Amino acid sequence: MTETTTQTKRSVPLWAQITIWGFLAGLLALVGFGLKRSSSPMAEIGKPVPDFKLVYYEGYEYNNTAEMNLSDLRGKVVLINIWASWCKPCEQEAPDLEEAWQLYKDSNDVVFVGVDYVDTPEGAFGYLKKFTITFPNAPDLQSNISSILNRQMGVPETYLIDREGVLRQIKIGPFVSISEIQAFIANAE
Amino acid sequence: MKKFLLILTLTLVASGLFTAVAFAQDTTPTDDEVNAIAKQLYCPVCENTPLDVCPTEACRQWRELIRQQLAEGKTEQEIKDYFVANYGARVLSEPPRTGFNWLVYIIPPVLILVGAVVLFNAFRAWTKPKSAEAGAGMEKGAGASSSDDEYIKRLEEELKNRK
Repeated sequence: MTETTTQTKRSVPLWAQITIWGFLAGLLALVGFGLKRSSSPMAEIGKPVPDFKLVYYEGYEYNNTAEMNLSDLRGKVVLINIWASWCKPCEQEAPDLEEAWQLYKDSNDVVFVGVDYVDTPEGAFGYLKKFTITFPNAPDLQSNISSILNRQMGVPETYLIDREGVLRQIKIGPFVSISEIQAFIANAE
Repeated sequence: MKKFLLILTLTLVASGLFTAVAFAQDTTPTDDEVNAIAKQLYCPVCENTPLDVCPTEACRQWRELIRQQLAEGKTEQEIKDYFVANYGARVLSEPPRTGFNWLVYIIPPVLILVGAVVLFNAFRAWTKPKSAEAGAGMEKGAGASSSDDEYIKRLEEELKNRK
């Protein structure tokens, strides 16, 4: 009678319980560590933009510098335009962006930086030539920059960073005119 | 004789050129060859869609890039390495067996194994108490309660009456 009761109430051995819980705890710790390592700070409007590296396309450098950090542009208003050669709406705003750049490039106060999102070299250079883009451009093949900028929807998206490195405004979708770009940049003041 | 040699030389040169053209045409990778590699890659623009069936312009550009690299004589592994180096390991349909990625390969079989053991134990636990109870019932036989006896008596009486 007593044996039967003991048999019925028999549970998982202690060593097995410790092993299972230990395995689960280890697994959670690994996943947590991996998530912490992969997560990067993100930009928010009204807060300084976390720094990131720009490695410019050949022929599209800024001040003949092949690579720089965003923080190197502190003291200037920075307009970052995320685009891709496979993006049709980007083509809509490309001529206006270039024309607007021509208005600001000599002021040395406003910098346009194109960030080419997940593109092929042929596609990228074909696009830059097609729209005779001259402002600095850098690839973002692994989405590192667009992740830090906290890309909202897709491409194109444009970010306005003021002289103190604070994110002022985000434009989702293409600009429709030069005056819209000018009004956007005026928000940095 | 000179004329004959000249014609012969021209013929050989022309045939050589045509052969080269034909050879060049043959080395253009087919869609099947391109897709054999493309299906092992995922476009990060349209997530969870293999590159070989993705209809977007971005994926078309990538397939052309594969075709171009195949035409250059690159191997399948070299092309995949190029995409990983440029766009990250996320483009691969199967994560590389390194670092944390090993968890993807280890955890599912381990969980299946643990699940199988748990199920096995659960099934065994469901069947054991019944047999144990049966055993206990037999043990109880001698010392069964009076209410059980009455019931058995009544049952036996009714069975006799029916006869």
